[in-house]
Amino acid sequence: MSERRYDLAVAGAGLNGALLALAAARNGLDTVVVDRQPLDAMTLPAFDGRTTAVAYTSQRLFEALGLWAGLEPDAEPIRDIRISDAGHDGRPSPLFLHFDHRENAPTPDEARPMGWIVENRFLRRALYAALAREPRASVLAPAELAGTTRDATRALLHLGDGRTLEARLVASAEGRSGALREEAGIGARSWSYRQTAIVLVAAHELPHRGVAQEKFLPGGPFAILPMRNGEDGTHRSSIVWSERTPLAERLLTLDAARFNSEFARRFGDYLGKVQPVGPRFAHPLGLVHAERYVDERLVLVGDAAHGIHPIAGQGYNLGVRDVAALVEVLVEAHRLGLDLGAADTLERYAAWRRTDNLAMVAATDLLNRLFSNDIAPVRLARDVGIAAVHRIPPLRRFFMRHAMGLVGDLPKLTRGVAL
Amino acid sequence: MVHNASATTVDPAEVERFGRIADEWWDLRGKFAPLHRLGPVRVGYVRDHAARHFGRDPLGADPLAGLSVLDVGCGGGLMCEPMARLGGAVTGIDASARNVAVAGLHARGQGLAIDYRSGEAESMAAAGAQFDIVLALEIVEHVADVDLFLRSVGQVVRPGGIVFVSTLNRTAKAWALAVAGAEYVLRWLPRGTHDWRRFLKPSELSRGLRAGGIEVRGLTGIVYHPLSRRWSLNADDLDVNYILHGVRTA
Repeated sequence: MSERRYDLAVAGAGLNGALLALAAARNGLDTVVVDRQPLDAMTLPAFDGRTTAVAYTSQRLFEALGLWAGLEPDAEPIRDIRISDAGHDGRPSPLFLHFDHRENAPTPDEARPMGWIVENRFLRRALYAALAREPRASVLAPAELAGTTRDATRALLHLGDGRTLEARLVASAEGRSGALREEAGIGARSWSYRQTAIVLVAAHELPHRGVAQEKFLPGGPFAILPMRNGEDGTHRSSIVWSERTPLAERLLTLDAARFNSEFARRFGDYLGKVQPVGPRFAHPLGLVHAERYVDERLVLVGDAAHGIHPIAGQGYNLGVRDVAALVEVLVEAHRLGLDLGAADTLERYAAWRRTDNLAMVAATDLLNRLFSNDIAPVRLARDVGIAAVHRIPPLRRFFMRHAMGLVGDLPKLTRGVAL
Repeated sequence: MVHNASATTVDPAEVERFGRIADEWWDLRGKFAPLHRLGPVRVGYVRDHAARHFGRDPLGADPLAGLSVLDVGCGGGLMCEPMARLGGAVTGIDASARNVAVAGLHARGQGLAIDYRSGEAESMAAAGAQFDIVLALEIVEHVADVDLFLRSVGQVVRPGGIVFVSTLNRTAKAWALAVAGAEYVLRWLPRGTHDWRRFLKPSELSRGLRAGGIEVRGLTGIVYHPLSRRWSLNADDLDVNYILHGVRTA
């Protein structure tokens, strides 16, 4: 049987699971995190070539956990965001929307970036190093989680090698295809956008000066996100290039020269000569939202609860807010000596997060539907909308606060307040 | 436990009434749901004042470590379990043997070592037992002899120890909310749970405790917010539920 009883067992040591385990352990909960992959394999560039947009509120949580100092050298600040609409020819519409980070600050000196672009492997490296140093956190990886038994008194986690762990609460941070969500019989509303995101790194002649570009092309959004310069000093941006899936599949089979020219045509020439470097990754795009976030002694966090379209760069940041809210609720219950897995504790987390997540799920879905088409009246309406937002400063600031994550009932850790 | 039949404050009808619903103590949606919702507020008050009284950090790890705790009228153990998780060495007593059995079963499932006994404050006092922290929450309105009960509660507090008592105020508002509202209109509590005539004004409670050597140090109201369905402390509203703490000086 089990040797010890953990307060919290986290299934999945991805960006969300590792963050949850670290934040919980740091705040006094005995935590174990289980993943089928060894952690060091997950920090290799080939394992996850993506970058993550870290919103201002998420950065404050990293700061609170003491991770930010180590991440900052590899994090490129997003100072401005420029949104434009473009037709088949890739030529931008004369109407555009520009968000300047200085606009939200009381004085120019206090201006904060709207977010940062960090390569996932650097986030993983920082999280895993901190976990290894955390006395209340245990890592079991590689280890297969075969299933759980959860009842009114405890949760048992059955591992593939026959071992059993005991915990008061299980958190699934397994991503969209969450096995524990299925085990619990929690349904999910999901649909495919029939789009695929091609993810790659591009080198360009001129510096990006911290400007993120979101170009709405008929096949889907094309995002150019400012990255730190490469080790050889090359100017780099991270690209999330969404296309309808059949076209994306054809593009991915093209030889380098033809692929590069398709890519450069969409990227444009505003940063001089441009060229993809390194491997291309393909991710089918879809939306998943779990019907409920909790079951007996089980909670869902991050993509296991809600996977959204990457159009607004908010997917991970929603997960970070899940983590911050869950840790706040659990630490409060722990300090009152309450049962961490009791239904009323979990219900508080679910009610808190559902509203925020639902708003983002709906907004990103609407944005994508609105922009991923080339119907003339829709295009005209959205161009006028974009230009209107651009010309009305309060509206512009409203959108910026959303992008920075500064909206809703923010958990303490994302406000920079200790628990 | 020796049952001291000569001097007891237990009202057999009350014991029977609670014993009948003992199996529902830990059902969050059952008859004791209001007590569960009250839990975090009561534990928070006890933790903060007890920890500070003994020079501990209320938010630190195991703030009650090394302290003995007695919960008089422990019911299903709704207070005993949090006290044990916060590090206290907890004894729970209840006049209903069925409550004690339910509480013991639940604590074992949670991996908690709590000493549950069938008994009452008077028998503990007669046996000479004393504790650092004594809880008598939502119980004084159910006993037959209030003065004897409060004197016994005082006796089981170690000199220098701290005691917590919560109950309902004898006001028209308390009758309207706690009896008419909670029992008859909202059906939160089984009808007959409370007898308004047994509710105590804070002054009466303080006087009764003083006779047992307890000096009251603080008093606050506990207020229900119907929209958020949550309870909170409010020092300015003692009209319905209130909780106080005192220290045994003599």
